[in-house]
Amino acid sequence: MTQRQTRLLFLALGLFMLGVTAFIALTALGDNLVYFKTPTDIAESPTLPKGKIRIGGLVAEESLYQAGLESRFVVTDLQNLIDVSFQGVLPDLFREGQGVVAEGQFDQTGAFIADTVLAKHDENYMPREVADALKETGVWQGDDALGVAE
Amino acid sequence: MITESGHFAMILAFCVALLQSTLPLYGAQRERQAFIDMAVPAAKLQFILLLWAFAVLTVKFVQSDFSLWLVTANSHADKPFIYRLTGVWGNHEGSMLLWILMLAAYGAGIAQFGKSMPAALKARVLGVQGIIGVLFLAFSLFTSNPFSRLISPPFEGSGLNPILQDPALAVHPPLLYAGYVGFSLAFSFSVAALMSGKISPDWAKWVRPWTLLAWLSLTLGIAVGSFWAYYELGWGGFWFWDPVENASFMPWLAGTALLHSALVTARRNTLHSWTMLLAILTFALCIAGTFLVRSGVLTSVHAFATDPTRGVFILMVLGVLVGGALLLFAMRAAGLSSADKNVPFHPVSREGALILNNVFLASATATVFLGTIYPLVIDAFGLGKISVGAPYYNAVFVPLITPLLLLMPIGPLSNWGRSDVSPVIKKLAAAGVLAILGGLTVLVMTSEHQGGAALGVGLSMWLMLGALVDLSKKIRFDTTPLAQLPKKLIKLPLQQWGSILAHGGLGVMILGIIGTTAWRSEVVQAVTPGAEMDISGYAVTFEGETSVAGENYTAEQGVFSIKRGGQKIAELKPEKRFYTVERQSTTEAAILKNLAGHLYIVIADETVSDGVVSRVVRIWYHPLVAFIWIGGLIMALGGVAALTRREAQLISDKTN
Repeated sequence: MTQRQTRLLFLALGLFMLGVTAFIALTALGDNLVYFKTPTDIAESPTLPKGKIRIGGLVAEESLYQAGLESRFVVTDLQNLIDVSFQGVLPDLFREGQGVVAEGQFDQTGAFIADTVLAKHDENYMPREVADALKETGVWQGDDALGVAE
Repeated sequence: MITESGHFAMILAFCVALLQSTLPLYGAQRERQAFIDMAVPAAKLQFILLLWAFAVLTVKFVQSDFSLWLVTANSHADKPFIYRLTGVWGNHEGSMLLWILMLAAYGAGIAQFGKSMPAALKARVLGVQGIIGVLFLAFSLFTSNPFSRLISPPFEGSGLNPILQDPALAVHPPLLYAGYVGFSLAFSFSVAALMSGKISPDWAKWVRPWTLLAWLSLTLGIAVGSFWAYYELGWGGFWFWDPVENASFMPWLAGTALLHSALVTARRNTLHSWTMLLAILTFALCIAGTFLVRSGVLTSVHAFATDPTRGVFILMVLGVLVGGALLLFAMRAAGLSSADKNVPFHPVSREGALILNNVFLASATATVFLGTIYPLVIDAFGLGKISVGAPYYNAVFVPLITPLLLLMPIGPLSNWGRSDVSPVIKKLAAAGVLAILGGLTVLVMTSEHQGGAALGVGLSMWLMLGALVDLSKKIRFDTTPLAQLPKKLIKLPLQQWGSILAHGGLGVMILGIIGTTAWRSEVVQAVTPGAEMDISGYAVTFEGETSVAGENYTAEQGVFSIKRGGQKIAELKPEKRFYTVERQSTTEAAILKNLAGHLYIVIADETVSDGVVSRVVRIWYHPLVAFIWIGGLIMALGGVAALTRREAQLISDKTN
């Protein structure tokens, strides 16, 4: 094989791999996207979203009810509400009045069945989607989330 | 006073970096020896100044000097000594100073140890390091100054995030940064070669040791971070395909490709342009990683409180450095004169295998990049908020990585230049048959005939056995008498262990990954004292709970006795801690560790049902999970072994 043919071979192989990679990646991406919705988005849409989504907002005050492993709470952006039920262990920083993101799906009755409740590392940290959602509804109180001012 | 001296040292370092980034580059271009000679002392001086600044900040943290804003915000006098120390880099400003210190340390390292390099090349490399230094020092001084003072200092600080008060997390950032920043040298070497317009055959030999050092630090950093997440976050997961994790994984993938392509460049004096491009892109991914983590554009389980203006600044740095380097690459790469352009190239050869390695690793990097960046792009165009989770990565990673893993044992056994297929097949036949049998055994024996697990076990055995075949070839196992073997084994030069350990270590890691993902079992139950739970052959009894107090926290501690075959073998005490200063609670898992698997227990909240108070308990059994980190450690050891290869040996190797 000449130098030129070898180079062409590798070029062809490279392009082929690029195509295969793009195909696999885009197919997988299409199948595995999870959309984020606020309680207001849900309330305004005519039908409940099917499949897996993320919802976020604040955990409504005095809405947490726990029995055994079952937890139920209300997520709100202070305009609309979503009832969430979750089977399992809530993260350490889960608290009423604090931001939360839950991943799961709606059942036929319109209740949201979460299979993951997003844990946070940092008390000052507000999931960005939640912050944006709260800004949109005008509830957000500035950037005091950064703690001590510089 | 002493605080101001640290701040002042940082400003001086900035000035020195300004000189280092201009005069030596000018000197190298115009062949002015006096300016070229400035590079080495400037690099060393910059390092010493930053070392002083870092030392000052460390002393302030240890002394709990609350007149510093940073100490107040991130420390507390009651904190154990070790965490007052590591608190220096447990926050944004301090960790950026560490980042810059390491950058200067690598520069000083080149200045000190790069004795065999031509002075002009060295001046250019240090000049480019200087440019990176200027940009990041400006970032630190103008957007995140660690030495900001408070006018009226409080009596007490607000503490350090409790989950960061952990030995693994104390070493995680320095290791990770040593990796990130280490790739800056590969970047500088590329840009220096492009500036000079010519590339010496020795170029790759100077780049490779530094790339190896960066790679092994990053490998250790990621492994330690994963181990920390496993035991500290209380979910028993080791990898979440979280954007922040991807931010460290992308440079690792690209850096691994760089190591292999630099090998081809060093040994065969070809593939220069690709190696240079890869070096630029690897460091670009390191800066992008810093941007993703520090800017707050991501929703991550590991997110930190952040400030968007910093993100904009890092994005600008990324644009200047990488944009400039890529522009230079586009203009110069094709015309780069290298000593030997027409190296005969045969596809069936060691370099052929290494190029395939690069094709697969580059594809894998691109898919991770796509998954990480896609939600940001969609959001930026106002098309909605989405997230890309583990299912995406599992779907793309398995088909891309499987062929790479199949190739891995073949590469080191084939010859440079031109290789025959049949002797390689002969050497690996036994390993291949055993690996297939191993996979088939898993397929038949497991209850649900898990195809994925069978594939994983087969690949893991293929890699481990392939590493053994590599070793047996290197000690000439088939022609050496048995009595001579131990001697041969000891006498095998350390550098020869590099690929054996790195490739075999990955096999060990895959075994661990398959063990815990395919065969993990879990029990979640609300229990009262006396309750017994069975999991994977262990009988776990909840004995009750007590309250305990630590140095800076109080905790509720569950007591569990573990029986196996009727015998009590251990007592586990997971805790739910409450850190009084930070007013945060954390979950401390208790883990019964052995090689066969980990028994992992956490306790959660109390719960009331029908008037009975019970404790929610979560127990996992993670089979083989320890092999994930043992494998990572073996891989890093492979990096250490390869590092012992001296430049001179690489050159003389080429002739045989």
